[in-house]
Amino acid sequence: MLKIKRVPTVVSNYQKDEAADESVGCGRNCLGACCINGARLPLYACKNLEKSREKIVVSHEAEEPPVAFLESLVLGEWEDRFQRGLFRYDVTACETKVIPGKYGFVAQLNEGRHLKKRPTEFRVDKVLQSFDGSKFNFTKVGQEELLFQFEAGEDGQVQFFPCMPLDPENSFSVVAINVSPIEYGHVLLIPRVLDCLPQRIDHKSLLLAVHMAAEAANPYFRLGYNSLGAFATINHLHFQAYYLAMPFPLERAPTKKMITTVSGVKISELLNYPVRSLLFEGGSSMQDLSDTVSDACVCLQNNNIPFNILIADCGRQIFVMPQCYAEKQALGEVSPEVLETQVNPAVWEISGHMVLKRKEDYEGASEENAWRLLAEASLSEERFKEVNTLIFEAIGCSDQEEDLEGTIVHQQIPNGGVNQKSNRIHGGPITNGTASECIVLQ
Amino acid sequence: MSLAEESSDSVFTEKEEEEESFNRRYTLWIKEALDELPHNFTITDPFLSGHPIVFASLGFLKMTGYSRAEVIGRNGKFFQGPKTNRRSIMEIREAIREERSVQVSLLNYRKSGSPFWMLFHMIPVFGRDDGKVINFVAVQVPISGRDHHHRKLTSVGDDVSSLDHSELVFGSCRREVCFGNFVQHQDHRALPVECDDDEQGLEDWEYCEASESEKLRAAEAINNVLSVLTRYSELSGRLVCGKRCCLRGVDCLSSSLVISLGRIKQSFVLTNPCIPDMPIIYASDAFLTLTGYKRHEVLGQNCRFLSGVDTDSSVLYEMKECILKGQSCTVQILNYSNRKDKSTFWNLLHISPVRNASGKTAYFVGVQVEASCRNTESKELRPETKQLSVVGAVRVAVRSSFMVTC
Repeated sequence: MLKIKRVPTVVSNYQKDEAADESVGCGRNCLGACCINGARLPLYACKNLEKSREKIVVSHEAEEPPVAFLESLVLGEWEDRFQRGLFRYDVTACETKVIPGKYGFVAQLNEGRHLKKRPTEFRVDKVLQSFDGSKFNFTKVGQEELLFQFEAGEDGQVQFFPCMPLDPENSFSVVAINVSPIEYGHVLLIPRVLDCLPQRIDHKSLLLAVHMAAEAANPYFRLGYNSLGAFATINHLHFQAYYLAMPFPLERAPTKKMITTVSGVKISELLNYPVRSLLFEGGSSMQDLSDTVSDACVCLQNNNIPFNILIADCGRQIFVMPQCYAEKQALGEVSPEVLETQVNPAVWEISGHMVLKRKEDYEGASEENAWRLLAEASLSEERFKEVNTLIFEAIGCSDQEEDLEGTIVHQQIPNGGVNQKSNRIHGGPITNGTASECIVLQ
Repeated sequence: MSLAEESSDSVFTEKEEEEESFNRRYTLWIKEALDELPHNFTITDPFLSGHPIVFASLGFLKMTGYSRAEVIGRNGKFFQGPKTNRRSIMEIREAIREERSVQVSLLNYRKSGSPFWMLFHMIPVFGRDDGKVINFVAVQVPISGRDHHHRKLTSVGDDVSSLDHSELVFGSCRREVCFGNFVQHQDHRALPVECDDDEQGLEDWEYCEASESEKLRAAEAINNVLSVLTRYSELSGRLVCGKRCCLRGVDCLSSSLVISLGRIKQSFVLTNPCIPDMPIIYASDAFLTLTGYKRHEVLGQNCRFLSGVDTDSSVLYEMKECILKGQSCTVQILNYSNRKDKSTFWNLLHISPVRNASGKTAYFVGVQVEASCRNTESKELRPETKQLSVVGAVRVAVRSSFMVTC
């Protein structure tokens, strides 16, 4: 058994108490049956994307758009928790800078973010793992860490209810604070929290996340996702989001179009970026875009390929980044200098926002170092091509051709061929053909 | 119809302000002089809320089909549409944020709704004495794409040398670096010159490269506009120039910070605790409306001008203590307005220290809520949440307003 030591990030004030978990009664004001009676939160039901799409497309923005309602809600509630001292540290007191260079990687010196903890087990070699109620999950967070309920509304209008009861019968989704924030406003979106979904992408949940990005109406508010094996810390379905008013290096990378699907979703690959990634955009509706990405992610999950997702540009651009850092780490293939920084390349790091624990790493931060770290997470070119083929098959665009003059040409390859191919690649790490079991000590 | 007729009172005062500041910098004759130039261009003011256009040339109006009144006060995004390339939009936004120039091909839309490609070339114009960005000037040169646009790969492949430019979306890295990689291909490949007269296809082009002569025309136009601005700024004594001649002063906010702050529609001020007497360095439009003062009357002043005879001095003391300790607080304080009726109002004031990227406190934010206005409409955010959201938005704006060293 391969073992690697990893220090996770604490996202909830109750995560530390994991050991003293199973107690009688609670007193923590959590979301369990013990405390949920009478609990209330504001509810934000966002406008139905389809019904309001007309408006989005047709209206030209007359000016720098004013702070949107959802943004005010997130920032106002976050500031409230901030002033109440619910965060483990003041993230705005952490020095941050843009690293000079082509891409503008952002570095932050944050010595307080990572906490030493007793080792627990968390398999890093399996992207799909069942929910384990005995481990920390979001039903155990204190209600004061929750900001509001969020749902995809039915209407063409936003609906807001300042004080809506939490109804355990009616599967609700919540937005919570991340008590170890990377930046001001760092929140977690937890779809259908009481359903205890494991950390894996499904169509409905990704669509909810895309709704949130669109609703925030601010290109500097992105949502991110880490699969298991790609540095998700908690196996309970959640997305993260925060504000950073500058473009991520990932968003700046040049792209090359690969194919366009029948529903008009354009898929491009990134060029000149340390982590080989795909960009999904377009589509005849936001749902088309979201569903196409979900199809791709489900494919990755089923093939045990860890990945990260970045939802950017108000939900118009979705990046999918398959990675293999954890596996490389377990096999001892990551360079020691990179390992020493103890930076795990999760979605924000891959996007170009590096949170550094040691002063020397921060002082010496360079585009070269950042590049080198991220490159370790990337799939090889060959492996990336294999993975793309898998994805394109899964979304129904196998053996794509360049599109000519607006028409899209697909060729479906016979099913037999498809299955054989995917079996060969299934679960295989990059170096050899055997899937080794690895355990990460935390 | 004209913008003024559609708009509410607050927009009207904005227009006055924008006229005023443009004329004060360049004198009343500037508009005539600019109207004599044949080019298509717009001039924007990043210090006005919404970063609006304050001048649009006749050529620009002709190109887009709008009247002057329909354009003045709009943000440049007004001319973008669903098929405008998102990367190009980001590139422009970043150039504004970093206060530098940019040149990019862009798909815009006329009043009729029909799209057209143009080469967009924008530069910042700096105040010579304070290093602040006074305006952005943007020139638009329509391009036909004859030389180079979407198309034609005979073979599918990852062979980099056979990459068709048009399929590549240029990242918004520094242009010179980006182009460094690709210009070579452009020169070495003998690309077929596509002559596409069909306008219908152009909305779907991935990119539309401008010819060398079109680029030169853009550069020439920029220089001409800049000359006129420089010349007329000499007349008023408030000189501008195309390059930053001095470091932006400590109490001068960057234009990008001002643009971000301009998105916040509530009443608030930023004060600088590091400067003697903690002056106001930013005041939102809503603050000016609430208090009845003009911007130039409040900038540089300590907030005490809002206090008067009946203002509780113990409350003032409490605030002072919080500021010294670097803490937030909320107080209810009687303020004296400069509105026509010179009325007093109860101000539910929240103040909080705000850090910048260095992690140190750079400003204090003060958010004013007129007590009588605290309606608890059921479908709105609680007043406390609204007030705190201003603090949050200011924190994000201030923290993010650190720039790439050029």
